[in-house]
Amino acid sequence: MLPKAPSGIDGLDEITEGGLPKGRPTLICGSAGCGKTLMGIEFLVRGALAYHEPGVLMAFEETSEELAANVASLGFDLPALQAQKLLRVDHVHVDRSEIEETGEYDMEGLFIRLGYAIDSIGAKRVVLDTIESLFSGFSNQAILRSEIRRLFRWLKDKGVTTIITAERGDGSLTRQGLEEYVSDCVILLDNRVIDQITTRRLRIVKYRGSTHGTNEYPYLISEDGISVLPVTSLRLEHKVSDQIVSTGISALDEMFGRRGFYQGSSVLLTGTAGTAKTTLAAAFAQEVCQAGGRCLYFAFEESPHQLIRNMLSVNIDLEAHVREGNLMIEASRPTLNGLERHLVTIHKLVRDFQPTAVVIDPISNLISVGNVNEVRSMLTRLIDFLKVSNITGLFTSLISGSMQMDTTEEGVSSLVDTWISVRDLEGVGERNRGLSILKSRGMAHSNQVREFIITDKGIELLDVVVGPTGIITGASRLVRQLQEQAQEVSARQELARKDRELERRRRVLEATIANLRTEFESVEEEFRQLNNEEHDRQKGQVMDRVKAARAFSPSDTSTPNNQQPNS
Amino acid sequence: MENQAAANTEAPEEDYWELRLYVAGQTAKSVAALANLQKYCEQHLVGRYRLEVIDLLVNPQLAEGDQILAIPTLVRKVPVPIRKIIGDLSNEERVLVGLDIRPAGHPITR
Repeated sequence: MLPKAPSGIDGLDEITEGGLPKGRPTLICGSAGCGKTLMGIEFLVRGALAYHEPGVLMAFEETSEELAANVASLGFDLPALQAQKLLRVDHVHVDRSEIEETGEYDMEGLFIRLGYAIDSIGAKRVVLDTIESLFSGFSNQAILRSEIRRLFRWLKDKGVTTIITAERGDGSLTRQGLEEYVSDCVILLDNRVIDQITTRRLRIVKYRGSTHGTNEYPYLISEDGISVLPVTSLRLEHKVSDQIVSTGISALDEMFGRRGFYQGSSVLLTGTAGTAKTTLAAAFAQEVCQAGGRCLYFAFEESPHQLIRNMLSVNIDLEAHVREGNLMIEASRPTLNGLERHLVTIHKLVRDFQPTAVVIDPISNLISVGNVNEVRSMLTRLIDFLKVSNITGLFTSLISGSMQMDTTEEGVSSLVDTWISVRDLEGVGERNRGLSILKSRGMAHSNQVREFIITDKGIELLDVVVGPTGIITGASRLVRQLQEQAQEVSARQELARKDRELERRRRVLEATIANLRTEFESVEEEFRQLNNEEHDRQKGQVMDRVKAARAFSPSDTSTPNNQQPNS
Repeated sequence: MENQAAANTEAPEEDYWELRLYVAGQTAKSVAALANLQKYCEQHLVGRYRLEVIDLLVNPQLAEGDQILAIPTLVRKVPVPIRKIIGDLSNEERVLVGLDIRPAGHPITR
């Protein structure tokens, strides 16, 4: 493994897989205004501050004071670093008019100066900016070329990590066509203007002894120095969360098998104009804040105040969350910056604000800044970045009505985990809003197109009404509902009537039962009477016989014998 | 050159050369340069010059002050403006032109 010196420049170390080749020369070439010098200075400053490697800057074009003033706005304090012996700036002044050449010479003086500067502070890093200035000061090209070759060799032997900057030439990487062959690593900077928007790009042309990212990567010169934007998760191995975040609309939650989105997933919300994409996005933002999260809302169409006012009309109070600091609305016109600047702004804000959810409303507006491929690559980076950070991302996208549903302009549909589509359901003389879930990775979801309305209480999903020709919406839904109500009323009345009838029948039967019971009671009474009378009569007969027996007993002893069978 | 000539007529007492030769060790080029320089000075500037030889291997910190890149470099500190001649000084004519020295034996036309 080749030892590497981390540059400390945002993103560059990821592309170079660890940094620049340690102890070897690296060439940075590019046309004017690419930030070659800045990249060199940042390499030294970061090296000195973050890695404790002192550095020497040999400047052929600008003086020490000029350089210090140029980078002061980036927060690089060169005089302070010089005072701490972490940096040494040596301005080399080459003026052809002062110099007369006669006979043989070499550039030993340059070596001695550089060697002295390196040794005086124990430098590990060297930047030569721009070495080709030598060619304008000396006429003997043959000597210069061989001396520059020797210089590269000498720097390697010294073991210092070196950056050499060079102006880009016609058809070759450098004007002299020399430096790129003697450097171990070549980084090409490019500054392109397409449709009036400037994009800076960086490419590693070669890197001896190491693999590296081979693409062109956009980079930016921001207030914090240079940022290169690699695709952060080249390998798709980010960890995923099993937590669920609500969509902010309970009826919409119901449509998902697990009642919401996965935390850290990316959600695409597409729809034609005026289908309440922003409202849905705002409802989500509000929900995130209410659930104790933090939401970062990028509005590319409305100013924060306009957004807050408009959302208040549908009972989504964003201002309260803004005041509490849970919600941050960042509004700007997409054309304000190039795509990369937007991406860096998003990266930076995400790092600073630490949100749990990010809303970008809408991503389709970014099309106006770049072409489809660029937008796609930017969104890929963004989605990857959010996923790696486990931040839920919700993107709205405007699609034109005539377009096929399965391909959004940006082609991000395959990147996102959940795709909600809102659209106009245009019927006879009216238009209604319908919402459906096209996909939701990792959970079941409803297949219905749900009509929804926006009231002053928020978004409401209406119940599904199935008519003879499928799901019906709008006025037909109302008609249908009225019909149903009428049917229900008549059914209710019918039911009540039947109940009353039953009651009547019951009462009639009960009355009959009571009658019968009364009748039965009188019959019973009668029988009981008869019974009693019979009893009494039999008792009377017995008594009579006893009396009769007693009367005959002295004369007739056989009477008791006669009486026995009777008793 | 007309200006130079005018300056000389106005201040002839400044007709004095202060020269510095930067070398790096005893390389062939350095030795040749020093020998050539001493020869020209003795020929054309007898008693009107001071020559200082600086070995950058001994005093590397001095390289920055005179913006030395090439070795050997001859610097004319006085008279101003500063002029630099690099190389082994083998071409006498160019050295004299570079130092703005009129060769002895050629009277100056005024």
